[in-house]
Amino acid sequence: MLNMFEVIETNNMIEQEKLDVRTITLGISLLDCCSSDLNEVNEKIYQKITTLAKNLVSTGEEIEREFGIPIVNKRISVTPISLVGGAACRTPEDFVTIAETLDRAAKEVGVNFLGGYSALVSKGMTKADENLIRSIPQALACTERVCSSVNVGSTKTGINMDAVNLMGEMVKATAEATKDQDSLGCAKLVVFCNAPDDNPFMAGAFHGVTEADAVINVGVSGPGVVKVALEKARGQNFEVLCETIKKTAFKITRVGQLVAQEASKRLGVPFGIIDLSLAPTPAVGDSVAEILEEIGLERVGAPGTTAALAMLNDQVKKGGVMASSYVGGLSGAFIPVSEDQGMIDAVSLGALTIEKLEAMTCVCSVGLDMIAVPGDTPATTIAGVIADEAAIGMVNQKTTAVRIIPVIGKGVGDTVEFGGLLGYAPVMPVNTYSCEKFVTRGGRIPAPIHSFKN
Amino acid sequence: MSKAIITVVGRDTVGIIAKVCTFLADNHVNILDISQTIVQGYFNMMMIVDITEVEGRFGAMVEEIEKLGDSIGVKIKCQKEEIFTSMHRI
Repeated sequence: MLNMFEVIETNNMIEQEKLDVRTITLGISLLDCCSSDLNEVNEKIYQKITTLAKNLVSTGEEIEREFGIPIVNKRISVTPISLVGGAACRTPEDFVTIAETLDRAAKEVGVNFLGGYSALVSKGMTKADENLIRSIPQALACTERVCSSVNVGSTKTGINMDAVNLMGEMVKATAEATKDQDSLGCAKLVVFCNAPDDNPFMAGAFHGVTEADAVINVGVSGPGVVKVALEKARGQNFEVLCETIKKTAFKITRVGQLVAQEASKRLGVPFGIIDLSLAPTPAVGDSVAEILEEIGLERVGAPGTTAALAMLNDQVKKGGVMASSYVGGLSGAFIPVSEDQGMIDAVSLGALTIEKLEAMTCVCSVGLDMIAVPGDTPATTIAGVIADEAAIGMVNQKTTAVRIIPVIGKGVGDTVEFGGLLGYAPVMPVNTYSCEKFVTRGGRIPAPIHSFKN
Repeated sequence: MSKAIITVVGRDTVGIIAKVCTFLADNHVNILDISQTIVQGYFNMMMIVDITEVEGRFGAMVEEIEKLGDSIGVKIKCQKEEIFTSMHRI
């Protein structure tokens, strides 16, 4: 039978160490909403989402109340819209009407974000893919809750440099289209390499075409719990350190597994995966950077950061894998700058640069995330940053992503406020030498060779 | 049988257990186990209870018992057992 010590430990994790379930994401396939008539597509999408997700928020709240565990977000991911709207949309403006429908549906069911305004163009773009991508700036400017993502490369296909170049322009255009809100639109736009089909986390969530009609994916969190556990292992060797992280990750993930099973049972929707990610929030004590500092770095960004992060990431996965029957999504430590107080502080002090963050993305999920850069950064430079990240993902067979915000009207030394879970960020300097001739060559970077590894 | 864990933490005063137990009796909740200590004047109690009879309105009962805690000046939480067993038992 349970003892008081165990009960208190769990409740301390929840109350003092900010353990929560970060998101329950309902993945919905919209493939059956396809039609050549745009109005019909919009109507079907609205009906399907508002029917299937009708009880998502109330069920989430019910689970929160009964188990006493906060479930911070209830969200929806849908089939990439370039596929759903391909037959009906002739222009980027046609796609924008779908974005508006998604936003309306998200508001109707009460979810705070809906992901899947996406295109998968890792090898080539159809006309529909290109129209969707060109509609992103307008779609993100005229909607509130819709998130967009574009997959521009994969280990199997190489990198679609035409798409990379186009995305550089679109990130810039999205920043411009939302400049009165500090270019907030870019916080809802992710460029992926090796994008997973079952990611529950925003802004990169979409419901892959290999998935069932509807599925529940859950993202757990808990950097604060790991940090507090590590405080007790100060000065100990790596064996003790790794054991502590694994045990903590196991406990955190078990809670996610419980919530996922309950949500799946109550909503009558199959359980998909648990995403074992340490997802920080701007709250003090809920930071991945603070874990790295607890491990022994004076500030995140110091030499040793990449090694510490690699170890942390691996131990989180090792602990979490046994706690859940199905693990998927991104599964790793997130290192978003604006959403992590420790990262923000390190950037402000000059300890952490974009180049170091890039190195860190080689060993963790996901990529350059929530990084504010000067508004006058050229589109080709942003494309270069995207290409670098995609190359890391492609060669290392992992997911990488870029969510970068060129804040129009701001420069290095300024701070941008996105609000809520998106946090705030100091504007970081970007290397000012040009890569224009590289990214505008056109065509694809071929897939890497998988033999002769060394 | 469906079980829940009730935790009560706060400054010790007269009648905490009486009030909590009366509330549970009124709600047809059977107490299976109680452990209780007082550390430096702070009251600390954990109860394991059978909630089979309240299955449909468990969420509402959680809110009511929290309010009862507020009126006594202690913090009461009532959570389904699975959150603890999933974390601490393989």
